[in-house]
Amino acid sequence: MKGNEVIAEAAIQAGCRFYAGYPITPQNEIPEYMSWRMPEAGGVFIQAESELAAINMVYGAAAAGTRAMTSSSSPGISLKTEGISYLAGAELPAVIVNVQRGGPGLGNISGSQADYFQAVKGGGHGDYKLLVYAPFNLQEMWDLTMLAFDKADEYRNPVMILTDGVIGQMIEPLYPTPYVRPELPEKDWILDGCKNREPRMIKSLYMGEGELEMRNLILQRKYEKMREKEVKFVGYHVEDSEVLVVAFGIAARIALSSVRRLRRDGFKVGLFRPVTLFPFPEKELSMLAEENRRFITIEMNAGQMVEDVKLAINGKSKVLFYGRPGGSIFTPEEVQEKIQQSLNYQPHLAKTNLIL
Amino acid sequence: MKKIFKRPISLKQVPFRFCPGCGHSLIHRLIAECIDNLGIRERVVGIAPVGCAVFAYDYFNFDILEAPHGRPPATATGLKRAMPDRIIFTYQGDGDLAAIGTAEIIHAANRGENISVFFVNNATYGMTGGQMAPTTLPGQKTTTTPSGRNTKTAGFPLRVSELLSTIEGASYIVRTSVDSYKNLINTKRAIEKSFRYQIEERGFSLVEILSPCPVDWGFTPKDSIIWLRKEMMSVYPLGTLKDKFKGKNKWKKELL
Repeated sequence: MKGNEVIAEAAIQAGCRFYAGYPITPQNEIPEYMSWRMPEAGGVFIQAESELAAINMVYGAAAAGTRAMTSSSSPGISLKTEGISYLAGAELPAVIVNVQRGGPGLGNISGSQADYFQAVKGGGHGDYKLLVYAPFNLQEMWDLTMLAFDKADEYRNPVMILTDGVIGQMIEPLYPTPYVRPELPEKDWILDGCKNREPRMIKSLYMGEGELEMRNLILQRKYEKMREKEVKFVGYHVEDSEVLVVAFGIAARIALSSVRRLRRDGFKVGLFRPVTLFPFPEKELSMLAEENRRFITIEMNAGQMVEDVKLAINGKSKVLFYGRPGGSIFTPEEVQEKIQQSLNYQPHLAKTNLIL
Repeated sequence: MKKIFKRPISLKQVPFRFCPGCGHSLIHRLIAECIDNLGIRERVVGIAPVGCAVFAYDYFNFDILEAPHGRPPATATGLKRAMPDRIIFTYQGDGDLAAIGTAEIIHAANRGENISVFFVNNATYGMTGGQMAPTTLPGQKTTTTPSGRNTKTAGFPLRVSELLSTIEGASYIVRTSVDSYKNLINTKRAIEKSFRYQIEERGFSLVEILSPCPVDWGFTPKDSIIWLRKEMMSVYPLGTLKDKFKGKNKWKKELL
């Protein structure tokens, strides 16, 4: 199974019974898989007329209480952001998969991480947050997709799987662990006809004096709860590291090979890999900030997560950056070389913190 | 004594806050009466658009979902496919349906989605203060066509119902009006038929309703009715544009 198909099957196993999507490379395996698998599972598959329509179909299905998902790649996610903002505003659960490709504009179809800002800083209009998972192998594609549906329901909030064209197209073994449904609150807010109850409404318009501020504060409290409870990260050789690489998704996977090679050669390097991009593991990173340790953020973009790393480190350590934008993919050797360079790199002598 | 006229149960006990002479309150009432008559209130989920009718949830006494501008047909598709036994309708204005939501309405019709669409055409953007809509008449003055709609630069009135009636997936397309008692009755019949078609799983139906907007047109309510009859109806003639099941309207009560 390809990474994209792993996401699709994991969604089915997790009880997703509604999928609407629109073709765009490199995520086409998801709608293609869903087109036959979803009806087999008794669910609904719709190839929508646009990404706008797809996300709004998901909005409708979510309002009916169905576990619903849509997927796309970068330019298509831009179109979906209108609907994502409405989902967040109306507190509707849904899972959105972004199999990132190079941008801006039509860009290319190669894997990329250039949508980090879009995913974690909102993307659409208004003060809202998505819970964002960044899988780095197919096992995590499976596990995190299942988790995404549970968390979407738990928080009544859209959840994003932020992956990329490389992992989406990759084939490797995984354990298809069975889905175990956790205790979740009953969906006592869905719109299914007002039989034996008062009519309900789901909306994001609040025109009364102070009403919208109140709504926003409720949303912010929810995001705060996510910050407290949902942070996920993995550390590799972190404790005694002199250089700590910070990377997510496919960049972390490549960096891990480099870190392991350097460790074999006796270099004290480690890797810190955020699994949730929102909430970002800022406290955990902050605790690792020491004068004798320097950080290098490695991303397949021109420097996005590095801003959050710097905020977390807050000047207590040097934070360097190496990135390749435009859908270019680095090799483990290349990253290894940059990590080695960063050991001797003297940021106070250079004009920027970028190692390019 | 028998009560022969009362407030429909499907309307909340609150006064309408629409402008004087606006057609929305009439159309809300007609929809509510049809839902009462068919006894489907507890199965209905309505979709409120962006525009003057966004406050539908303040008036309708059943479940309402608010959708982004132009997207109600997609949202209705999600609701209906997730719950095929519920009755789903969208309530959309001409800005919503005929401009920003043209793709959604055309493809919902083309898929033959089993939903009811109530399309209120008042030839302007009411909520935002009377800008030009795709349905604005040639020469009609709006806040964005202060010298009147110039068809050379701003295009022509878009006849969405005529467009939709060419689509194979659409079952029932009709244009009515709320300018007279007779037309109110016809509108109510069309709305009820649209719901019946949905209950009978006959697919996509749309009722376009010509409706006055005196405040944005700059007329008195009375003159608005005259303008609607004289000017609007000549561009948007009333009548049934498509009925796939004409003559086969054997209403099955047991489906309720």
